[in-house]
Amino acid sequence: MTWEVALILSADGLANGAVYLLAGLGLVLVFSVTRVVFVPFGDVIAFSALTLAAFEAGRTPPTIGLVLTLALLALAAELWRLARRREFARMPRALLLWGLLPALPCVFAWAVAGRTLPAVVTIVASIALVVPIAPLIARVALQPIADASVLVLLIASLALHFLLSGLGLLFFGPEGFRTEPLVGGALTLPGGFPVSAQTLLMIAAAIVLSGLFYLLFERTLHGKALRATAINRVGARLVGIRPARTAALAYGGASLLAGLIGVLVAPVTTMYYDSGFIIGLKAFVAAIIGGLSSYPLTAAGALAVGLVESFASFWSGALKDVIVFGMLIPVLLLRSLLVARVEDEEEEIDG
Amino acid sequence: MAERGAGRLLIAVVAAIALAPLALGSFAVGLLDDIGIGALVALGLVLLTGVGGATSFGQAAFVGIAAYASAWLTTAHGASPWLGLPFALLLTGLAAWLIGALTLRLGGHFLPLSTIAWGLSIPLLFGNIDALGRHTGISNIPPLQFGPWSLITPRAIYTLIWLVVGLSCWFSHNLLHSRAGRAIRALRGGATLLGSVGADAYRVRLTLFVTAALFAGLAGWLYAHANRFVSPSPFDLRASIEYLLMAVAGGLGQLSGALVGAALVMAVKNALQDLLPLLSSRGSQLDSVVFAALFLLLLQYARGGLMGFLRRKIRSRAGRPALTAGPAVAPLPRRSLPPPGTPLLQVAGAVKRFGGLVAVAEVSFAVSAGEIVGLIGPNGAGKSTMFNLLTGTLPMDAGSVRFLGQDISAAAQRKIARLGMARTFQHVKLRPDMSLLDNVALGAHSRTRGGLLAAGLRLDRAEEAQIFAAAWAQLERIGLAERAHEPAGSLPLGTQRLLEIARALAADPVLLVLDEPAAGLRRREKQALLELLRRLRAEGMTILIVEHDMAFVMGLVDRLVVMNFGAKLVEGRPAEVRADPRVQSAYLGVGA
Repeated sequence: MTWEVALILSADGLANGAVYLLAGLGLVLVFSVTRVVFVPFGDVIAFSALTLAAFEAGRTPPTIGLVLTLALLALAAELWRLARRREFARMPRALLLWGLLPALPCVFAWAVAGRTLPAVVTIVASIALVVPIAPLIARVALQPIADASVLVLLIASLALHFLLSGLGLLFFGPEGFRTEPLVGGALTLPGGFPVSAQTLLMIAAAIVLSGLFYLLFERTLHGKALRATAINRVGARLVGIRPARTAALAYGGASLLAGLIGVLVAPVTTMYYDSGFIIGLKAFVAAIIGGLSSYPLTAAGALAVGLVESFASFWSGALKDVIVFGMLIPVLLLRSLLVARVEDEEEEIDG
Repeated sequence: MAERGAGRLLIAVVAAIALAPLALGSFAVGLLDDIGIGALVALGLVLLTGVGGATSFGQAAFVGIAAYASAWLTTAHGASPWLGLPFALLLTGLAAWLIGALTLRLGGHFLPLSTIAWGLSIPLLFGNIDALGRHTGISNIPPLQFGPWSLITPRAIYTLIWLVVGLSCWFSHNLLHSRAGRAIRALRGGATLLGSVGADAYRVRLTLFVTAALFAGLAGWLYAHANRFVSPSPFDLRASIEYLLMAVAGGLGQLSGALVGAALVMAVKNALQDLLPLLSSRGSQLDSVVFAALFLLLLQYARGGLMGFLRRKIRSRAGRPALTAGPAVAPLPRRSLPPPGTPLLQVAGAVKRFGGLVAVAEVSFAVSAGEIVGLIGPNGAGKSTMFNLLTGTLPMDAGSVRFLGQDISAAAQRKIARLGMARTFQHVKLRPDMSLLDNVALGAHSRTRGGLLAAGLRLDRAEEAQIFAAAWAQLERIGLAERAHEPAGSLPLGTQRLLEIARALAADPVLLVLDEPAAGLRRREKQALLELLRRLRAEGMTILIVEHDMAFVMGLVDRLVVMNFGAKLVEGRPAEVRADPRVQSAYLGVGA
C-alpha cells in the first residue's frame, strides 16, 4: 500500500465516519431518551435517499404514500386510545398532530415533484418528507410498550425494521438509485492529492451538525428536558416533563438526522430499499464504543469504524462488513473488563 | 389431580406426534419436520431468554455453524453423517463458548446488540469462504443412514427429528428442576444473589449460553441432512429473528412454548405464502410486512405468548402438589463449627469510598465463634456497606478482613460464601416466581456438586433428594413448610426476610450475616425470630446482625458495635453501649 492509496482510503474513511457519526448521534439520542435501540433508523436513511432520487428522476416520490399510510395508522392508534378513555375533546388536537402535521410535507413534496426547481428545494422536500416516519412508527409500535424492558423494546425495534424494509420494497421496488453529487469538483491538497468536494461536504456537515447538536443539548430547554428524561424518567415526569412528548421529539430529531444522512450518502453509494440497515448497524458499532450514552466517544468510535471499513474494503471487499462487526469483539472485551466489578442492582427483567 | 391431568395431556401429545405421519401427506410431514427443527432452536431460546434473561439475535448463526460443519465433513471428506453430529456440536459449542466468554459479562442491552453483530457476520462469512461453496452453498449432502434404512425422505427422518425434540425437552425439563437449573432460574435476580449462595453468575450464564447454542447445533445438523443442501440465507439475521418470534409467540415462560411457537410460526408462514399471492400481485413481498406486524401485535397484547396465556387460565384451577418432606435420605454432610470463643472474623481498618463520600472509615472489630454481634447506628452510618465489604459484595479500598484464619479482603463473593459465610439482604433478593422450597434449595448450592449434564439426564436424583430434605428442614424451622410450593413472591415482605434466613441456613454456614431481618415482622413473628436466632447460637452458630429495632437487638446480642458517619463509635455489651453518652448523642443529637 502506497502513501497515496492510504491517503485516498483515509479520506474515504473520514467521509464514512462522518455518516456513522451523524447516525450514531441519532441512535444515542433515541436510546438515551426512550431506551429503544432504534434499528429502523437505517431504513429512514434509505427512504430519504430514494426520495431524493425520485425527485431527480422527475417522479412523485412513493414516500408520500408510505408516510400517509403510517400517519393513518398512528392516527387510528391515537383516536382509539382517546376513545377508550372517553377523552373526545382531545380528538381534534390528535387529528391535527397525527393526521395533518405529517400530511404537510407530503403536500409540499407533491407540489415539488415533477418540476424543475433548484436542488436545494428537492433536498429540503426529501428531508422534510422522511421526518415524520420515525415519530409515526414509534407512536404505533413503541409507545404502547414504552415501559417494557430494554430487551422487549429491542425485539420490537428489530421487528419494526423488518416491517419498514418490507414496506420499502413495496413502495420503492427492488431497484437501486444514485443521485447527482450535491457539489461538484475536487480540492487539491498540497502534494497533488485530490479530495472530492462531496467528501469534504460530508465531513463538514458532520462537524457542523454535531456542533449544533451539542448546543441544542447543552443550551436549550428542550435539550435539557431530553437529557433529564434520559437520566431519570420518573424524575423527569415529576418535574412536568412528559416522556411521550420528549420521546416524539427525540424520534423527530433522529428522523431529521437520518434524512440528512440519506441526502449526503445518496450521491456516493447506490441506495436500495434495504441499504440503510447496514449503515445503521455500523453506526451501532460506533454507539456501542460510546457505551450508548457518551456523544464524544460515539464520535471517536464513528471515525474508527469509518477508517477500519475503508481500509478493510481495500484488503477484502467482500469481508469488510465482517471486519467492521468483528471490531465489536475487542471493544466489548475492553468494556467487559472495565465494567467487570460494577454491581447491577436492578437486573430484574420482565418477561 | 393436576399432575395426572398434565400427565394425560403429555401422553396425548406424544401419541399424536408419533401417529401423525400415518395420517398426513408428505407435505404436512415435511412441515412437521421443519417445526421440529425450529422447536429445537426455540427451546434453546426459551432457556436462554425466557429463563436466563439473556436475548440472542444470533441463534440462527449457531444452526448455520453446525449445518455447515456437518455438510463440509460429509461432502469434502466423505465422513458418515453420524460422525458429523459430534463434529458439528463441537464446533458450535466452541464458537458459543468463545462468543459467550467475550460478551456475557456485558450488562443489559450490550449482549443482544453484540449478538446482532455476529448473527450478521457469521452468515456473511459462510458466503465468502470457498471451501463452503460461497453463496451457492453446499449441495448433495448425504442423508442419514440407519442400518439398512436411509432417512432420505421427510417421512423417514420424521421419527429421528421428533425423537431428538422429545429428548431435548426431557433434558431441559430435568435441567430446570435441578441444582444447575435453580442457578439458571436465579440469573435474573442478579450476580449478587448468585454470588451469595456461592455460584458464579458469569459461569452459569456461559453454560446456559453454550447449552442453548448446542440445541441450535442439533437443529443445524438435522437441517443439513434433512434438506441435503445448505446456503447462507437460512442462517441470517432474519432467520434468527424468526426463531425468537417462535419462542415469544409460544411463550418464553415455559418449555412447551418452544413447540407451540414453532408450530404457530411455521403454520402462519405457510398460510401466508399460500394466501398473500391471492390478495396482491406483490404478495410475496408482503409476507415480511405481515410477519413483522403480527410480531409487533404479539409484543403489545400477548407478551407471555400462547402458552403463557393458557397457563394463567389453567393455573387458577390446578391443585397444588402434595406437601411432604420427601423420603428419608442421608442428610448432606455438615461443616464442623469452630469451638465457641475461637476468633472467627477480624476486620482491621476497613475503608470504602464512593467518590468523595467515605462510607466506611477505618472500621475494626472482631467476632468470635458462637456469639451474636449486633452492628447498629443511625441511618446512613455505613452498616450495610460494611456488610457488603465483609461478604465481598463490594471491593474494599483499604483494610483487611480475615475469616476462619484466611485473608478474604480481596476474595470474590462466592468464595467467601463457600468458606461458610451466608447472608441475607436489606433489599430482599428472592426469586418471586420460584417456590419457597426452590428458593431455599438454592441456598444449598455451594454444598453440592451436581452439574448440568447429570441434571439433564436425571443422574442427580439422590443429591436432589438430599438438597430438598435440607431445604425442607430449614423451611420447617422458620415455620413456612406448609407453604413450601407457593411462589416466594406471594409472601409479605417481612416473611420474605425469614425465607432469606432459611436460604442462608441451607448453606450450612459458620457465620450468618443478617441485614435487618426483623424489619416488617409483626410482634409474634419477631418473637419467633428471636427464639430461632437464640437456638442457632445454642447450636454453635455465629451471627452478625444489622437491626434498627433496639428492643430486638438489646435482648438478643452478646456484643454491639456502634457506627456513626462511617466510623466505629463504641463497642461493648448492650448495657454499656446503652449508657454511653456518645451513642445517645449520635442517636438523639447533642445534649440529649
